[in-house]
Amino acid sequence: MTVAPKREDYDVVVIGAGPAGLAAAATSAEAGLSTLLLDENIGPGGQVFRAIATTPVTDRSQLGADYWVGADLVQALRASNAEIIHRATVWSLDRNLDIAVSIGGASAFVRAKRVILATGALERPFPIPGWTLPGVMTAGAAQTMLKSSALVPDGRTVIAGQGPLLWLLAAQILRLGGRIDRILDTTERGNYFAALPHAFAFLTSPYFAKGLSMMREVKAKVQVVSGVTELSAAGDGQLASVSYVAGGKRETIPADLLLLHQGVVPNVNLAMSAGIEHRWDDLQLCWSPVLDANGSSSVAGIAIAGDGAGIGGANAAVVRGRIAARAAVEALAPAVAAKLPSMATLRTDLAKAERGRMFLDTLFRPAPQFRIPTGDTIVCRCEEVTAKDVLDSVAIGATGPNQLKAYRRTGMGPCQGRLCGLTVTELMAQARAKTPQEIGYYRLRAPVKPITLAELAAVPKSEADVKAVVRG
Amino acid sequence: MFRRSEQDKRPQVQIFVDGVAVAARQGDTVSAALLASSCDARRSTAVSGAPRLPYCMMGVCFDCLVTIDGVGNRQGCLVPVAEGMQVEIQKGKREIGK
Repeated sequence: MTVAPKREDYDVVVIGAGPAGLAAAATSAEAGLSTLLLDENIGPGGQVFRAIATTPVTDRSQLGADYWVGADLVQALRASNAEIIHRATVWSLDRNLDIAVSIGGASAFVRAKRVILATGALERPFPIPGWTLPGVMTAGAAQTMLKSSALVPDGRTVIAGQGPLLWLLAAQILRLGGRIDRILDTTERGNYFAALPHAFAFLTSPYFAKGLSMMREVKAKVQVVSGVTELSAAGDGQLASVSYVAGGKRETIPADLLLLHQGVVPNVNLAMSAGIEHRWDDLQLCWSPVLDANGSSSVAGIAIAGDGAGIGGANAAVVRGRIAARAAVEALAPAVAAKLPSMATLRTDLAKAERGRMFLDTLFRPAPQFRIPTGDTIVCRCEEVTAKDVLDSVAIGATGPNQLKAYRRTGMGPCQGRLCGLTVTELMAQARAKTPQEIGYYRLRAPVKPITLAELAAVPKSEADVKAVVRG
Repeated sequence: MFRRSEQDKRPQVQIFVDGVAVAARQGDTVSAALLASSCDARRSTAVSGAPRLPYCMMGVCFDCLVTIDGVGNRQGCLVPVAEGMQVEIQKGKREIGK
């Protein structure tokens, strides 16, 4: 069943029902603002709390306490007056705060006084040889299936990469009785020293104890190879083996499933298409929006909360959602704002939630060889463009990602650069001896998700609209 | 590649993949149902015809593109299964009329 928005105008429209969006929409609606929450997925939760309302994994210890926090957020939202629409793909947002959303194959248009973008993160591209083979997926993909359908890896399974999610996923797979043959840890040895100055904050954060116990749980059952410096997948039309180098020694192991993960990066497409200024983040190695302390962006009326504002994790996302919503309440209904937790309280909560982040960012900063591929490794999965193709184009004059489109169509396939954008920027920056900031990113435009011409054609038109294009 | 945990007690939903009946579960996405089944769910790309399976399962990579109830280029990872749904593994680009 598809449901169009009930109104044309809202005080606040929140986009994305992950930790930040759930918290923002509940805060805004509880304060009495007319609030619409639009979300692309089947149910609430985003990625972290994926399938929180419907998961068949009912033994709470298996997904862990951090997951079930999401149930309280959903309950709070449902108790509020917020209007919630799932399977709603926002394909346009502009500086007038006009929003176009595709719901069940038809587009609807709403206008907001304030927009809170909570579009979250996606996994950083992991462009190794063979990463497009069937049988190679992201760790997040396996976790999505585990949470929403209780599916676990069955064949010979290798997990490769680095970062907290990798260990969490491994622990969850093992708890559900799934199979993991080997974990290949790509964390650079030098990162341990670089992260040392930030160790105190991390050791005194909740991440430390949880992370340590999870790593122990996994290492007791699975062979873990650390210091992996090269990684590739091979097979004829299907993954057959994974090859890696650790400690200078190459090894090739048979595999049916390879799960890749090297952190997450902000999902910038909608924000960039709205004209919001982004800058290259040299630590997190991604584009992050330029925001003030309330999450307000360079476009008046649009705030960004959650990992889309720069990676901070789920706890920080919830607080950022509340901060952005409180700012909206202050602007639209100042009398009510006094009843909400003060900004000072929220900022203390945020500092607590962000504790230890610098350590994690530094320790798990992915190595150059796993971000900037060479030779015939595919960079753009949609248009099947290799690293060599990109470098050849640079050699004959392509200056940046937007020129490169004309040479190779990179970023012009259906994913609209989500899986190649960062790689293209870094690859071109390296080839041209410039910074990623100087090289820039794809110029993103609506529709930020593909919609059919039939859907556009069915959009209600005024007489003036028709006259503008009809002759005679 | 994947199997269902025994604790999954959701009701079954029957879908058809290239005409063959496949047992899915209520709440599965089309892509999850395909990966949990024994069918060869590999699509082929529009550019080179290379075989692919879903990569991200969260709506960003478009490697799960599939024809659902006669409509091509659907993101299988964002569409829940429904009783009697007709799924076709998409070979190459979307065809006119689909």
